[in-house]
Amino acid sequence: MRAMRFVLPVAVFAVIAWFLMRGLDRDPREIPSPLIGKPAPMFSLPVTHDLSRAWTPEAMRGQVWLLNVWGSWCSACQVEHPVFNDLAKSGELPIVGLAWKDMPDNSIAWLRKLGNPYMVVVSDIKGGVAIDYGVYGAPETFLIDQHGVIRFKQVGPVTRDVLQNKVLPMVRQLRGS
Amino acid sequence: MIAELGQFALALALAVSLALGILPMTGAAMGGATGARLMAVARPAAMTLAALAILAFGLLTALFVGNDFSVGLVASHSNLSLPLHYRIAATWGSHEGSMLLWVLILSCWTGAVAVFSTSLPLVLRARILSTMGLVAAGFLMFLLFTSNPFDRLVPPPSDGRDLNPLLQDAGMVFHPPLLYMGYVGLSVAFAFSVAGLIGGRFDAAWARWARPWTTVAWCFLTLGIALGSFWAYYELGWGGWWFWDPVENASFMPWLIATALVHSLSVTEKRGTFRSWTVLLAIIGFSLSLLGTFLVRSGVLTSVHAFATDPARGVFILAFLAFVVGGSLLLFAWRAPAIGNGPGFAAVSRESLLLANNVLLSVAMAAVLLGTLYPLVLDTLGLGKISVGPPYFDAVFYPLMAPALFLMGIGPLARWKKAELPELVARLRWAFAVSVIAALLLPLATDGFRPMTSLGLMFALWIAACVVVAVRDMLRGADGRLSLRRIGVHPASAWGMHFAHLGVAVFVAGVTLVTSYESGRELRMEVGQRIEIGGYDIRFVGLAPITGPNYDGTRGVFEIRRAGAGDAAPIAMLSPEKRVYRASGMPMTEAAIDRSLLRDVYLSMGEPIGERAWVVRAHVKPFVNWIWLGCVLMAIGGFVAAADRRYRRRALERAARALPGGQPA
Repeated sequence: MRAMRFVLPVAVFAVIAWFLMRGLDRDPREIPSPLIGKPAPMFSLPVTHDLSRAWTPEAMRGQVWLLNVWGSWCSACQVEHPVFNDLAKSGELPIVGLAWKDMPDNSIAWLRKLGNPYMVVVSDIKGGVAIDYGVYGAPETFLIDQHGVIRFKQVGPVTRDVLQNKVLPMVRQLRGS
Repeated sequence: MIAELGQFALALALAVSLALGILPMTGAAMGGATGARLMAVARPAAMTLAALAILAFGLLTALFVGNDFSVGLVASHSNLSLPLHYRIAATWGSHEGSMLLWVLILSCWTGAVAVFSTSLPLVLRARILSTMGLVAAGFLMFLLFTSNPFDRLVPPPSDGRDLNPLLQDAGMVFHPPLLYMGYVGLSVAFAFSVAGLIGGRFDAAWARWARPWTTVAWCFLTLGIALGSFWAYYELGWGGWWFWDPVENASFMPWLIATALVHSLSVTEKRGTFRSWTVLLAIIGFSLSLLGTFLVRSGVLTSVHAFATDPARGVFILAFLAFVVGGSLLLFAWRAPAIGNGPGFAAVSRESLLLANNVLLSVAMAAVLLGTLYPLVLDTLGLGKISVGPPYFDAVFYPLMAPALFLMGIGPLARWKKAELPELVARLRWAFAVSVIAALLLPLATDGFRPMTSLGLMFALWIAACVVVAVRDMLRGADGRLSLRRIGVHPASAWGMHFAHLGVAVFVAGVTLVTSYESGRELRMEVGQRIEIGGYDIRFVGLAPITGPNYDGTRGVFEIRRAGAGDAAPIAMLSPEKRVYRASGMPMTEAAIDRSLLRDVYLSMGEPIGERAWVVRAHVKPFVNWIWLGCVLMAIGGFVAAADRRYRRRALERAARALPGGQPA
């Protein structure tokens, strides 16, 4: 029994080490969104390139599409932008841009410089719609199905890996069903 | 060329550290003439290791100073317009650089042990240096294989991406080196323990050798944590000083254990008791340093500090952690039962009080560890994602610290082996009465009865009063008269201890007062507007654009007056800034603080809401500086104690000769 006492520290450490090992392949930033499986919140926002015109997600009914929240002030958005440019070129999936807390002039200048992969860009200047979508940092991207239900959410840049291995397979599945 | 030279120095350092880790250890096990020759490798190898690490670090610094963007690390963490002092600090402002800093400091501690340990028995010294060599080898492999700071970037960019603006601050220049001095310094106590376990030797001499190293490491750790907290206070712009962030916890857990270890070592030295406990604390202390590194570097937990997340790195550190911690704890399980626990002691004695404090500190550490790892455990078991915040830590930490603070007052006054309770009560009843009454009256005199404030103040006053009693007794001669001449009669370690305890009292007072009496508001302010907060009148006078070397921004100008002072001359002008760093586009808040010993007036700018209106955060924080002042006093006390004459070389040599345990074990 006395010897047990001295083994205790190493046993405790073994348990901690096991959890640390299991924890390695988990991403603590990946927070499940309560919106998954719920209808995408409705909104009506001015189109960035023509502010007199309003746009609502109703226009996308019947299609699978991506809603990308970005801003010309956001550096991580520049990282994912080439991925979207390529996706737009392939024509596989329509992307709608939501310029979050961004002045339309800045958004347009940014798109002119880096390319515009968006079917349409809308301006959420005050950030109210982003709140409905639970956005807490840009970029965030939502995959929305034919019935207007959010199926997937990416926090942070959409990388090629995420697009190929998560988003596109899900898109095929949604279109198949 | 410089980068290749640096790479070469690191590779050479790895070879030397492996030689240091293997040869003297083998020599110590073999004995005889060959063994002695192998053990003789330890000293020169340790010094060479230190020299090579200094060289590699110096070369990386040179690359940053010269802004050599063909090196990837420089390109991603420096910029043409970054001022020189931040280019130097940028050396350790990245994952790779901070790991190189870790290696540098570990190598320097190893070199220092080699230089200052001539009085140690040859075998013990060989094993200590060898253990440190093995740890260094692990970190050098980590650097070279997963995080090489000297990797080239092809093609080199014309300008770098700039250092994270949060890190462009004087606090950041000194925080990591100090913290690592403490973190890594615990490796010395660890190496002493491992060497002792292998040799089976733990007597008073062993403790006497290990003590000053541990104390110095503890001092650096204290300063490093305090500076980190101070930096967060003025740089993050939230006005808080401690957030129970996983990485803060990662530095705080080793501190709690190191604090327990410093006290446990004193018992082992003076009384020969607590041996296996001391050894275990030394192992756990350094293990927690390594765990902290793992948590920060692997990205297992989210934190503001996790600037490098790469699973390969995590796997490497975890394997290394398993080897070092698992190995040493196995060694402990195998060898410690034979150590024995030394002479016993009565239920009321300085030993028992120190034991109680040690247990409280360790339990507090366990509670912090639990809170830090709990989200990870739940996530791993698939039970959901949560975060553990200040409510948990406050709820478990304060109740554990309260008795520890109470015992802290009595401990130094109790006798070793067996203390007479009535005598203790007689000596301390005045200290107790004064602290309780003063603690009750102070809040009453301010704004009414506040039980929690009184409780906090009581502990602070109690510790201070006990120190006064102890110091009075120390200065009283045989004739009953107080004389300052008696300062020299007592060892420096005793004075250092009382000084450090006084630091704790100052710290507790600061924490209590700032939590109880701070006032803060976040509000919209327009130029020309004035508000009153915490007895101060704050007037928003104007806005001015600013241009720094690598940022642009806006500066607000505020006049501070005492409330009701009318239009008298302001007691301070404060200019908080909102900066946007050009290279990264990152916004930064620079708080402006009017500091004094009794209170801080703290202003920071949030967001602009209109042409001439901003969100402004204003705080008045009474006694907040006592928090860091207390930490500085603790560290000074520690340094004084470590400088005690009896740890100096000649005294140690004499002790080694006098003790039968002085022969090689």
